[in-house]
Amino acid sequence: MAEFILPKNSTLTEGKTYKASAEATSVRLFKVYRWDPETGKNPRIDSFEVDMDKCGPMVLDAILKIKNELDPSLTFRRSCREGVCGSCAMNINGKNTLACTKAIDSFADTISIFPLPHLQVIKDLVPDMTHFYAQYASIKPWITTQTPAPADVERLQSHEDRAKLDGLYECVLCACCSTSCPSYWWNSERYLGPAVLLQAYRWLADSRDEHTGARLDDLEDPFKVFRCHTIMNCTDTCPKGLNPAKAIAETKQLLAKRQLG
Amino acid sequence: MAFKTNRPTSPHLQIYKLPLTGLVSISHRLTGMLLSFGLILFVVTVSAVSMGLESYASMQNMLQCWVVKGIYWGFIFALFFHLCHGIRHLFWDIGIGFQQDTLHKIAIIEIAISFVLTVTTFLSL
Repeated sequence: MAEFILPKNSTLTEGKTYKASAEATSVRLFKVYRWDPETGKNPRIDSFEVDMDKCGPMVLDAILKIKNELDPSLTFRRSCREGVCGSCAMNINGKNTLACTKAIDSFADTISIFPLPHLQVIKDLVPDMTHFYAQYASIKPWITTQTPAPADVERLQSHEDRAKLDGLYECVLCACCSTSCPSYWWNSERYLGPAVLLQAYRWLADSRDEHTGARLDDLEDPFKVFRCHTIMNCTDTCPKGLNPAKAIAETKQLLAKRQLG
Repeated sequence: MAFKTNRPTSPHLQIYKLPLTGLVSISHRLTGMLLSFGLILFVVTVSAVSMGLESYASMQNMLQCWVVKGIYWGFIFALFFHLCHGIRHLFWDIGIGFQQDTLHKIAIIEIAISFVLTVTTFLSL
């Protein structure tokens, strides 16, 4: 059942404020969600004043600066700093995106940073992705075939068939879309969510995969696909400009056409 | 999800800025529910007509009240809005209208058409 309000242990409290030095002329306020598993206290919102003259252009630069200079205990995931690893996905000013590819200047004023919505928080901006990855594994994200592989070449596909994977293979599984989806918030136990469904469609659309029927059988379920109500938050928020909602619609069509025979 | 840890749930509805398409989506559900309740009022009105002159007169009297008129026009707007977004859903179902840059524009068009249809209904009465 959907719980619209946060449980008691998750409600937010006011945290500490870190002032910028008096010489700083261009200061930005960053409000960051903090939760420390060792204190047992509720999450808090810390305020950090960051000197923009001594900070890189992206939100991730500011977070790194905070960790390096203001509070080394700030915890978050990051790796590639160029939008290909998907680690630094978080909610920035009310929208999920990658901190490394989001410019600080794309916001006018204070920047509020939260972990990806409606997940269990491990610490600060690090949510527990175990369930998300388990759902990803459940759709068997690898090629499955019945025919033996050709002896001397790879399994080939035409340029047209390869083009069908454009807009699908680029997904970095950052989970921005899934955690932007209200349906996923309320039904993530049984609804697969946009990211995993885009991946499922990536294998349905691949001309080399020979288990399309079995894959559709697995998806034929009132919850796995059909909890998508085309709210479109996923497509709106995808930091890679992909279209999970469209992939889900195509999957629904494949399921419906199969019923019609 | 129920886990046996003291881990907090990260904020969701509290912090997420729903894009216009998301707001239209939840409004579609809400108007759907309100329209169902409105249908009961509609049946009450129609049954008042069927019960003869006296009940018709008192029903007509009640409908003159501005609060009731507000509900009445709210019902008509909700009906057109629900219809417009319903049609958008039909397009989505056949795979049309998913481009990210059109989402916001089409949502505005939907709301505008609902207003135009409501005003047209008002003027044609």
